[in-house]
Amino acid sequence: MNYPYWVAVFLLMLGLYVMVAQRNLLKKLVGMNIFQTAIILFFLLLSVKRHATLPIVPGTVGDVRGFMNPLPHALMLTAIVVMVATTGVALAILIRLHTAYGSLEERVIAERLSAPPGPAAGPEAGR
Amino acid sequence: MSESLLAGLLFLLVVLAVIAVRAADLLLAAIALGGYGLVMALVWAALGAVDVAFTEAVVGAGATTVLFFAALLRTSRRRSPVANPLGWAAGAVVAATGATMLWVAAALPPWGDPTAAPAVHVSPRYLVATIAETGTPNAVTAVLADYRGYDTLVETVVIVTSGLACWLLLRRDPA
Amino acid sequence: MIERHDSVVVTTVLRLLIPVAQLFALYVLAHGHESPGGGFQAGVILGATYILLALGLGREALDRRVNEPVCLGIAVGGVLLYMLTGVAAMAGGGTFLDYSALPLPVSPVEGRFLGILFIETGVMFGVAATIVVLFCRLADRGGDA
Repeated sequence: MNYPYWVAVFLLMLGLYVMVAQRNLLKKLVGMNIFQTAIILFFLLLSVKRHATLPIVPGTVGDVRGFMNPLPHALMLTAIVVMVATTGVALAILIRLHTAYGSLEERVIAERLSAPPGPAAGPEAGR
Repeated sequence: MSESLLAGLLFLLVVLAVIAVRAADLLLAAIALGGYGLVMALVWAALGAVDVAFTEAVVGAGATTVLFFAALLRTSRRRSPVANPLGWAAGAVVAATGATMLWVAAALPPWGDPTAAPAVHVSPRYLVATIAETGTPNAVTAVLADYRGYDTLVETVVIVTSGLACWLLLRRDPA
Repeated sequence: MIERHDSVVVTTVLRLLIPVAQLFALYVLAHGHESPGGGFQAGVILGATYILLALGLGREALDRRVNEPVCLGIAVGGVLLYMLTGVAAMAGGGTFLDYSALPLPVSPVEGRFLGILFIETGVMFGVAATIVVLFCRLADRGGDA
């Protein structure tokens, strides 16, 4: 039964739906995080072998079918680090947006973006 | 790794993800996301991917949660539940994509099959040759740092660039 | 500004725990060859100890120890260490990042072992410094405490 793949696909679609349909920017980030970890789960599920142990080779390897596939692990380590990098930059952009427009709601920011510039100072007045 | 343990952890994962998504309070969403990251690390450890689980436990359940909290406390905490008129269209597209992915997943080799295609091309060479060529029993470190060294170099550049970008975006004004 | 925690238990335990955690990060880096571990895990643990310092012992405790431009310099230094290892391999006669050609008096297999250790150290510094900078910038109230 391939039910772990179904769980990974469900989490992927949940993250994608949140990224597209949520109005709050921070909730979109939560959805992006769920999406990224679900992709990593899907990839790691491809590296599992039944009755296999960790990919740490003690001395001589008898049968490679007794060890997990190490290549997806290495690629997914990269993916996790990129995950924290994108989350950090996205949060920095969110904070700047909030400072400039006063809200994290997509609709409010869009309205204030397209509003004609007022007589007051620009976005940097709040700092 | 027992099947029932893995099934229980996957169920807990789905519950936490749904809580993180449906919460109106953003602080609750961030906390649920931290819990989701921790259970995801447990799932990966149960599968046997210990290097990845180690990293996710510190990054997903630790650093990402703290960064979310820090950003939350600088901005607003609650969200106003604004109804999204495009929600049904997005839901239909996501459902169609999910159905396509499930259909493709049915064509994948059975889960855990040691003769599946990903397991028989280049990774047996890495497992067999890692001690003889690099002297490193940990095949994941050998693949990451030696056999795929270029990927790791550029990815380190990526994370340093993200730190630089965050520093430039949020510089303290010399007022 | 994050204040020092009120409870004496928390501050005392953290003062004992943070150095041990940093030593554990170095242990994870050094044992990346034999057990699960390596540069990324060690770097994130090291960065998390500095975040723990700020959360438990107050933001001033972190600001006294960490200068952000220097921290960014350390991050870039980690990437430079990685690249210099590759260039040293070229100087030893091999191609870029071919650690068996490092100009050290060791066998090619040991050369690859040492090359992996060097680059994992570079990765550790890069990741740890980046996480500290991310936290410092995101948890800052824009200068108005």
